[in-house]
Amino acid sequence: MWMIDLPPFVPFFIGALMLLFTRGMLRSAIMLAVPILSALHLWMMPEGVHLQFAFFDYQLIPYRVDKLSLMFGYVFHIAALIGIIYSLHLRDTLQQVAAMLYAGSALGAVFAGDLLTLFIFWELLAFTSVFLILARRTQRAYDAAMRYLIIQVLSGVILLAGALFYAAENNSLAFGYIGLDSIAGWLIFIAFGIKCAFPFAHNWLTDAYPEATVTGTVFLSAFTTKIAVYALARAYPGAEILVYIGAAMTCFPIFFAVIENDLRRVLAYSLINQVGFMVVGIGIGTALAINGAVAHAFNDVIFKGLLFMSMGAVLHMTGRINGSDLGGLYKTMPKTTILCIVGAASISAFPLFSGFVSKSMVMTAALEEGFDWVWLMLLFASAGVFHHAGIKIPYFAFFAHDSGIRATDPPNNMLLAMAIAAALCIAIGIYPQALYSLLPYDTGYNPYDATHVLAQTQLLFFSALAFVWLNLKGMYPPELRSTVLDFDWFYRRAIPSALQNAFSVIWRVDRAIRDAVKLRLTTYLGYFAGKNDRLSILLSRDYPTGSMAMWVAVVLAVYLLLSFIA
Amino acid sequence: MKDERKYLFDDPKNIKRLLNIFYLCCVVLVILDFVIHRHTMHEWDSLWAFYPIYGFVGCVVLVLVATWMRKLLMRSEDYYDSRSIESVSPDSLNKKALSKNAINEKGACHVDD
Repeated sequence: MWMIDLPPFVPFFIGALMLLFTRGMLRSAIMLAVPILSALHLWMMPEGVHLQFAFFDYQLIPYRVDKLSLMFGYVFHIAALIGIIYSLHLRDTLQQVAAMLYAGSALGAVFAGDLLTLFIFWELLAFTSVFLILARRTQRAYDAAMRYLIIQVLSGVILLAGALFYAAENNSLAFGYIGLDSIAGWLIFIAFGIKCAFPFAHNWLTDAYPEATVTGTVFLSAFTTKIAVYALARAYPGAEILVYIGAAMTCFPIFFAVIENDLRRVLAYSLINQVGFMVVGIGIGTALAINGAVAHAFNDVIFKGLLFMSMGAVLHMTGRINGSDLGGLYKTMPKTTILCIVGAASISAFPLFSGFVSKSMVMTAALEEGFDWVWLMLLFASAGVFHHAGIKIPYFAFFAHDSGIRATDPPNNMLLAMAIAAALCIAIGIYPQALYSLLPYDTGYNPYDATHVLAQTQLLFFSALAFVWLNLKGMYPPELRSTVLDFDWFYRRAIPSALQNAFSVIWRVDRAIRDAVKLRLTTYLGYFAGKNDRLSILLSRDYPTGSMAMWVAVVLAVYLLLSFIA
Repeated sequence: MKDERKYLFDDPKNIKRLLNIFYLCCVVLVILDFVIHRHTMHEWDSLWAFYPIYGFVGCVVLVLVATWMRKLLMRSEDYYDSRSIESVSPDSLNKKALSKNAINEKGACHVDD
């Protein structure tokens, strides 16, 4: 029966179409029904290729299900449902349709079994998600959205070029292990890397996510980077370069996160930090490490979504998101505060919260495979992520100095979405076996041994102690209204102004050359005219105009005469 | 609208209490190092109190480096907001452009003729 084999993006796309023609309660019902029905359908799907057809000489596989893609498929359904509940209060067709299409594109990309299908959904992800940024309807958001779109589309174009090279080399478009030993491999790697926010290609994320709408950021944080992680896990497991790229990704954003004022931008930096852990896991490439990377992606979608939702709730209720403007909100937003702290504990990998059971797999794998220095970097990043996401976010938003804002808790649908996410964070933390049973490999890993729990708790408590000590000493950098320059300064400031200067020089030189040539021509003309004046009388400039008229009359008269004779 | 209610952390005593509990936890965690036999995976983490020291020192270094980065990288809040490049970076870049303009009025802008 063909209905059975419907790829999961189809219900989402149909749902998006239906949203256009409905409103009110019916629209809400459709939005909720789509992810739930699609998830139930996916739950019953056996592994295997469910849809394929020939396209010229190539086999296209729009729907392939295996353990790796299923894992991401499940979490994307959860994320879509949570995001939709979170945005139920909205009356904005643009955002609702865009979010539905975006979630559908993400599912399309996850279940794509060939590079061409992957490319199509890769670009659809960019074109659908950009509306979640544009929907903020401010000039800043518009500018950020355009930069976001350019970089995302660039990634897609590189992917297409890589796919064409790949097809030429291997005579196949199948999306499986690719490896880094060909041009195609490197091109596709770079395309994935841009979407994965590799260092120096990471600024689209920190630039655009904080400019998106309150609800848009929740969707954005779930899909795009995780698709890239999934694609890397499929095509480049065990590529050692990923270990070092990932380690860099875990470390550098935490410095920016500490001094950034916009709390959603702090979360964007910490998103890169968390993706770094996954990239390291993929680079190590052992069963445990891949499991860790995938499990961490699963958990990250939920706890990062929860943190973005709690900060979104703050922005929604107070209209402010800068740490310097907030503080003391625990007094009137107690539920949001508690839910935010659950998210913060999860991302910091406290025992009994979800981050702990997945991050520890990557760390253990790094030690087992002898990446000692990388392990030290990951440990530093773990302490750092607690510092900026675990403490800074809740502290500056809900505690710290009293800002005098007395906003209430957000609407019930927002609270419900956050509560679901928080419940999942705790449930996975307490009972990780449920998550582990879905993972691609069976490693029999147990995170809850005394050594590990103690080590992690010590690390976190003493990171917190450092925060307390620095705060009491007055050495902690205060939240300041500011822009912190990052690598995007090069393409937002340096290159444009360099180009402007260069062009101003080019125009000046151009004008000087033209003027010189013009002058030369005039001189030559004058010279020849002068010579002519001296040589000839008839064609000279000094000869009166009337004489020419007379000569023309003479010529015409001769013509007339000749015509009479002939 | 002035809020006269007293909340949990408005009382400095409560903060003190919380901090004391927190310090106690830290001490207990270090003592647990002696009680629980850790099966370590690496020579580093078999050092005494490796994780507490690493966490503490790591975070202090993190914050100090970040504070230093602020000196280098921090700009005003509307740094990127201004649409024209010239008006934002008045210090170095613009002065040069201006002085050039003064010398050679012609051709300093994009427009050709």
